[in-house]
Amino acid sequence: MAMTIHCDIVSAEEEIFSGRVTMVSATGTIGELGIMPGHAPLLTGIRPGPVKLTMDGGEEEVFFASGGYLEVQPGVVTVLADTALRAEDIDEAAALEAQQSAERMLSEQTAEIEFSAAAAALAEAMARQRTLAELKKRRR
Amino acid sequence: MAVGKEIKNKIESVESTQKITSAMQMVATSRMRRTQDRMRHGRPYAEKIRQVIGHLANANPEYRHTYMQERESVTRIGYLVVSTDRGLCGGLNVNLFRTLLKDIGEWHAKGVESELGLIGNKAISFFRSIGGNVRATVSDVGEQPALADLIGGIKVMLDAFTDGEIDRLYIISNDFVNTMTQKPVIRQLLPLNPEQNDDYGHRWDYIYEPDAQQLIEGLVTRFIESQVYQAVIENTACEQAAKMIAMKNATENAEKLIEELSLIYNNARQAAITQEISEIVGGAAAV
Repeated sequence: MAMTIHCDIVSAEEEIFSGRVTMVSATGTIGELGIMPGHAPLLTGIRPGPVKLTMDGGEEEVFFASGGYLEVQPGVVTVLADTALRAEDIDEAAALEAQQSAERMLSEQTAEIEFSAAAAALAEAMARQRTLAELKKRRR
Repeated sequence: MAVGKEIKNKIESVESTQKITSAMQMVATSRMRRTQDRMRHGRPYAEKIRQVIGHLANANPEYRHTYMQERESVTRIGYLVVSTDRGLCGGLNVNLFRTLLKDIGEWHAKGVESELGLIGNKAISFFRSIGGNVRATVSDVGEQPALADLIGGIKVMLDAFTDGEIDRLYIISNDFVNTMTQKPVIRQLLPLNPEQNDDYGHRWDYIYEPDAQQLIEGLVTRFIESQVYQAVIENTACEQAAKMIAMKNATENAEKLIEELSLIYNNARQAAITQEISEIVGGAAAV
């Protein structure tokens, strides 16, 4: 049996996942992270993107987190997501629509404030797309 | 018949009161479910972030946030008081205020003054009547509180802490035990208190990405907001539960009152009839 670590994913609205995993992958503020059992204590922000869990048997589960914090303790990884979704729950059409509208906003933008809001919306929409792509790759 | 008109009126008025209380009970019941769902969904996040903050307070970061430093002498403390906006919820607020005043009294005996940040109309009117150092008030948070409405009040207290005007910050609110029981609880918000059971025996620290200061600041702010928000959410669930119970009792009391009044009314009516008959009989005998 492979070494496992306990992982909790919670969002402000609900508990998303709690269980033992062999690896957690997420997008940290300064790059991709892969956390395995025995990782040193770590505290980092996470960027919008997929959080991938590898289970004991090798199956993988993908979640979408729209930013938040990730903490590593000796026996437990905690993901405090602002909002999190099971990747299966992301509506592909809606995600694409969001991305397109964000791009439109970005091209039509006038004021400075609008620009940053649009850029943030686009980043999140693209992160959703990335999560979906990850999910599709897995299914194949 | 003109007999017992006053009693009849009384019965009618109690009946209409009963209609109102039973309607309010039903409204509270349906609202309670919604507020409880909201409370339950928010709980895991609030608990996890409390754990993370507990770990963080235990770590030995090179950067120590003001919120993490225990002050040597405590001369003033702050309370965030979470109360309801409306009444008719039994002893919920009164119990909360009693617990609070007791705590304030204990600190006062040690020469420590208190400052208050009030959330909810009931706390505001209570402390307006008895007095107290009120720094901030937030009213009409409603049933679906938005964090944006609370932030102002929270910020005032946090600033007071940062400026050294208060040395500790507590939050007092009702804990939802079950529908019948709500318990007032005082929790320390600042300075952050370390978690007791530590896996490490030695000095340790996190690896921070990107840097400690930025990260800790963001996380601590998020922590305070989530704790206050959760307390407010939980308090609304308590309010609806307490209201439901209070209205249920009121409805039952009205029922009892109606029964008693009906008995008196029937007695009076019978007495009147008997009297009338005896008058007729008396009159007939005289003729």
